[in-house]
Amino acid sequence: MRRFDKRVAIGVVIIGIVCLAWLLVTGALIGAALTESERAAVINAVGARAVLLVLMWAVSLVLVGSMLSRLVAYFMTAPARLAEEAQVLLGTDVKRQLEPTGSVENRRLTELFNQLVQQREALREEMDERVAEAAHNTEQEKNRLAALMSELTKSVVVCNLDGRILLYNNRARMQFRALSQAPGSIGGTELIGLGRSVYGVFDRKLVAHALENIQHRLQRGAAAPSAQFITTTPSGQLLRAQMAPVRSVQDNSEASQMTGFVLMLDNITREFEAQARQDSILHTLTERSRAALANMQAALDVLEYPDIEPDMHDRLLKVLREETAGLGNRLREIKSSSVDSLVLRWPLEDMLGADLAAAAIRRIESLGTLTAVADDLDDSLWLKVESFSLLQALSYLAERLRQECTITTVQLRLKRVDGRGQLDLCWQPSANKLTDKVIPGWETDPMRSAGEDTSLTIQDVVERHGGAFWFGREPENGTVFFRFLLPLAAPQEQLETASVVRNESRPEYYDFDLFQTSAQTRSLEDSKLSELSFTVFDTETTGLDPANGDEIIQLAAVRIVNGKLLRQESFDQLVDPRRAIPRITIPIHGITPEMVKGQPTIDKVLPAFHQFAQDTVLVAHNAAFDMRCLQVKEKLTGLVFDHPVMDTLLLSAVVHPNQESHRLEAITERFNINILGRHTALGDAMATAEVFLRLIPLLAEKGIHTLGQAREAAQKTYYARLKY
Amino acid sequence: MSKTVLIADDEPNILISLEFLMKREGYRVVVAHDGQEACELIANEHPDLLLLDVMMPRKTGFDVCHEVRANAEFKALPILMLTAKGRDTDVTKGLAMGANAYMVKPFSTKELVQKVRELLEAAA
Repeated sequence: MRRFDKRVAIGVVIIGIVCLAWLLVTGALIGAALTESERAAVINAVGARAVLLVLMWAVSLVLVGSMLSRLVAYFMTAPARLAEEAQVLLGTDVKRQLEPTGSVENRRLTELFNQLVQQREALREEMDERVAEAAHNTEQEKNRLAALMSELTKSVVVCNLDGRILLYNNRARMQFRALSQAPGSIGGTELIGLGRSVYGVFDRKLVAHALENIQHRLQRGAAAPSAQFITTTPSGQLLRAQMAPVRSVQDNSEASQMTGFVLMLDNITREFEAQARQDSILHTLTERSRAALANMQAALDVLEYPDIEPDMHDRLLKVLREETAGLGNRLREIKSSSVDSLVLRWPLEDMLGADLAAAAIRRIESLGTLTAVADDLDDSLWLKVESFSLLQALSYLAERLRQECTITTVQLRLKRVDGRGQLDLCWQPSANKLTDKVIPGWETDPMRSAGEDTSLTIQDVVERHGGAFWFGREPENGTVFFRFLLPLAAPQEQLETASVVRNESRPEYYDFDLFQTSAQTRSLEDSKLSELSFTVFDTETTGLDPANGDEIIQLAAVRIVNGKLLRQESFDQLVDPRRAIPRITIPIHGITPEMVKGQPTIDKVLPAFHQFAQDTVLVAHNAAFDMRCLQVKEKLTGLVFDHPVMDTLLLSAVVHPNQESHRLEAITERFNINILGRHTALGDAMATAEVFLRLIPLLAEKGIHTLGQAREAAQKTYYARLKY
Repeated sequence: MSKTVLIADDEPNILISLEFLMKREGYRVVVAHDGQEACELIANEHPDLLLLDVMMPRKTGFDVCHEVRANAEFKALPILMLTAKGRDTDVTKGLAMGANAYMVKPFSTKELVQKVRELLEAAA
């Protein structure tokens, strides 16, 4: 049953009242115009039949109500219903076609709604397809990565920051099996497995220390920091681990966050034992030979004295015979032990001395009752150290000082002495303790600190560094110290910060999609845009007339391979134009004469660029100008830039013919591309590359898929007629 | 009165020559065969100079050196280290421990005798 509509009732009442009012007013006016007798006659005639009038009024109102009801349904209810149904479609995933009702306009609107719904569904399906495709590609990439990793001869384990294993290879599984103390076939499975903790094998503190080192270097802007350490496992094996950070992909900030780490492991137990044996043999040989030679030399010297007694003469000859025989025996010993030329040393890492001191202070102060301060620290020194054991040594010494000599404050000093780093742990001796007496022996006792036990001694630590260690006192002020002589490393800071790359995304060091790229059989003209490799470049120049003496002052480029922008492999070079840079152009490109001073000239830069762009299609925004800049130099360099060329300005005009502007700024805004470093050659090349990547699918929608089609379409645009 | 030289070395083959050379120079010679014996002889014999090997049983030459220098009575005792440990860090350490000179084996006996003479003259 149709719902009673209030609006219809109100309409009927209003119309009824209006009609009644009209009738009364009309009756009153007519009545006023009649004479008394005429009025009486009319009342007499109508009065008895007034009921008919009322009846007709009521019947008319019913008719009006019925018509009004239909009109309301036609013009008002149908759009309202359409709105409601549209609301449903908007808010839910319901897929259905709406029934056209109501006025012609309303029916048209309904049809449009239906088309929009269809379009939305098609887009959804396409998106689902793409998601499925991407998921499939990811899965394939994962499989290929797994296949690659399983073939590696090195153990690789990837962990999150909690040390949980996310990924590991076959080699790692085998290695962990060898490390395992568990019996039979389960051996190793308790140590390695997805979600298991790597701390089952590695000392948590050791890993934390390596992570901290990497974090520090990341914060300083190191491009590819890594840390190395050697550890003994509970089963007594010696593992060498190299750790590299896994950085967050989403994070675009300068210092990207570490989300985990990769461990590359080598079991060096056997190598190390063999090497240690060899080292020991060589060491003994050197020192014992020295001693033997000294004995022989001294005996010979004495034999030369004319006045020696016969008995002495015989004893000295005996010495010579013994020592010669001893040397011969030692040489035979060495030969049988087959000394390998391979030298394996305890791996030392480069560390800024100041960082080492800061870490030592933190560690010593964490012991509780000790205060440690840096004093006289050369913060430009880089040391070559095995920081974990060295820090253990420093904290062990500090703790022993506190316990046995009631020392509460220690200082750390570091300076360069004779090409080595001299690291001192110093203190003021307390009056009532004879520190000199207790200190010998500390060097050879196993280190014990903060409840940690280790079989290492200070001597071992010093041996690892090929350094020296002793205890001493400064005569001038009575300060007592433990001194470490440590090897120095070449300063690194500059190198590390210089190699910082724009790390807004993870470097594309691999691209498994390249597996799918088949050998190029088609000509370039018929090649699909999505499959070609491009070099997107931009130049900054002294002016706009390359034919009449304007020169390139900066050239930058970036490549697109397999649809991916290789940000990390960019080309960016300032060029000495060998002419003045007009002052008026400096605000545009920001390149001052000082900046290009000492930079290579164009005849040196272009060959490198030519090689960079080898086998690719050149892309530039307003390419005609940039190509002209390159081509005027062909005579000078002998290099011809005859690569196919694409122009993003023309392609943009092909895709959006109705847009007013095709300037790079306008296009990047249209595509919502946010590029850092705009108005530098590299920034603009990156922006152009991003634009080009977005143009490829839009061109495809217009049926433009190949290089040939794109060039043909571009030629037809208005902008193609401009000449430089 | 002749000067006393204490030779501490665990190698009998070098002791023969060193003893001969020192005696020939007119010094009284006392011989120790390890570090511990050297420390005892220093206390008992009060030598005028110490010829000290580094790698000895019971106590190393470095330890002996350290002990000698810690004792005020022997602060000025000249010590000449004779050792097969030839790394530059060993030399630095020997000198830092208080040795007056450090000779790496093999050495020329003439230089050794000359050095002993110089050290004794400087101490006198």
